[in-house]
Amino acid sequence: MKDTILSFEDVKLIYHTVRGETVATEGLTFSVEEGEFVAIIGPSGCGKSTLLSLAAGLLTPSEGTVVRRGSVGYMLQRDELFPWRTIEKNLFLPLEVKKKLTPDAKRRARALAEKYGLGDFLQSYPAQLSGGMRQRAALIRTLAAEPDVLLLDEPFSALDYQTRLNVTQDVSEIIRSEGKTALLITHDISEAISLADRVIVLTGRPARVAHVHTLDFGAVTDPLRRRENGQFSGWFELLWKELNA
Amino acid sequence: MKHTETFSAEHRAFLKKRRLRLALVWTLRIGLLLGLLILWELSTRLGWADPFLTSSPSRIAQTIASLYEEGTLFYHIGTTLWETAVGFAAATVLGCTVALALWWSDLLHRVLEPYIVVLNALPKIALGPLIIIWFGTGSEAIVFMTVIVGLIVVIMHMLTAFLAADPGKVLLLRSMGASKFQILKKLVIPSSLASFISMLKVAVGMSWIGSIMGEYIVSRAGLGYLIVYGGQVFKLDLVLSATCILALLAAVMYFLIALLEKLLVKNAES
Repeated sequence: MKDTILSFEDVKLIYHTVRGETVATEGLTFSVEEGEFVAIIGPSGCGKSTLLSLAAGLLTPSEGTVVRRGSVGYMLQRDELFPWRTIEKNLFLPLEVKKKLTPDAKRRARALAEKYGLGDFLQSYPAQLSGGMRQRAALIRTLAAEPDVLLLDEPFSALDYQTRLNVTQDVSEIIRSEGKTALLITHDISEAISLADRVIVLTGRPARVAHVHTLDFGAVTDPLRRRENGQFSGWFELLWKELNA
Repeated sequence: MKHTETFSAEHRAFLKKRRLRLALVWTLRIGLLLGLLILWELSTRLGWADPFLTSSPSRIAQTIASLYEEGTLFYHIGTTLWETAVGFAAATVLGCTVALALWWSDLLHRVLEPYIVVLNALPKIALGPLIIIWFGTGSEAIVFMTVIVGLIVVIMHMLTAFLAADPGKVLLLRSMGASKFQILKKLVIPSSLASFISMLKVAVGMSWIGSIMGEYIVSRAGLGYLIVYGGQVFKLDLVLSATCILALLAAVMYFLIALLEKLLVKNAES
């Protein structure tokens, strides 16, 4: 039995505006185990990003509890690299913020960059990198702070199709080889199937868990291999139906 | 530029065309100025215009030369330049500080917003009599005028820039556990650099307006004083001489900031 690293229990969140209140989610219960890659898909506008903010502790639930063991690292739709910082300085950003920028931490961040092909770009500025490389740098930045769980908020949606496939491949490889726990939020069904160990399907607002599927691709974790796998289209059809139910 | 010989003929032609175009622009710019000066000079010499009303380039040159011989030229220039520079610096520092405070506290921002809007709309010259009574007739009054003319513009410009910090990057920093001060230091201030420079350009212009307006109301020296005095005694040579010097100084100050911009942006983006 692996340890639970993140769990939502009966979580309710109400959004307040002057015009009224919106229940974004209610009775939401799920958990993420250590080393697991979980994808959450839901109809658009069901408050998927809200869910990550709750997971990161940026929002407090109106009811219920969110239990987080360890630290989180956030990866957003856009790379959000700071254009006035070199790639190296961007990688150091979370360490600076957490006041953990020790020579040791710097060395680890640089080693990660070297390992995943960013070594030559450490002194470059983000504008000098391609979209795919920038998103890879954003992932390394997230990993540099050594988070216990990665929260991925549609990190591929801003990329063109070709780059998206490559970056998905990249991110999957890096996360798997670093043995990280990840929670991915996406509206892209095939992305969820190609990456995750487990897929959670949400209902429309207020969001709650509609279905949970453990994907049995065996040892196949490579996204492209999965796309070629015979089961892929079966999963796609099932999830598509569930999303549009 | 070193590798010109490796470029294709078409690219060389393209570069040549660009150089010629640039040369044409500069020739026309300088030609326009010279042409206007010559036309101005000739029209007074040939009796098309009355130099008593229009002055002329040669009379302006003479006036400036005699101011120089009297030893008052640099005194007047220095007075105005000093008042403008001090007012400009004070408005910039004070304005940025207030903008930071307003960014920091949303409550303060909400409370002060209508006052800022009204102060911005208020013609500052209406405060002239108050300024004379409070600050007397020295340079202090003029510096104060310069500050209030520039201040609100600086506040509004910088506050807009601070508030425009990318929400995605704010979210990212917050997810890292950043404090408000860290968000300010690592994101808000660096991302406002371009706006800071464009604000400086606007503020320089406002400072000249402030200092000359101040000198119109109350002064014993300075270029604004020369213009008002020249007007009162109908010496349009003096009015236009001071105006020309003013135009030159304003241009120099603007170009200095453009130079600063080049340096800073170069540093920021390598």
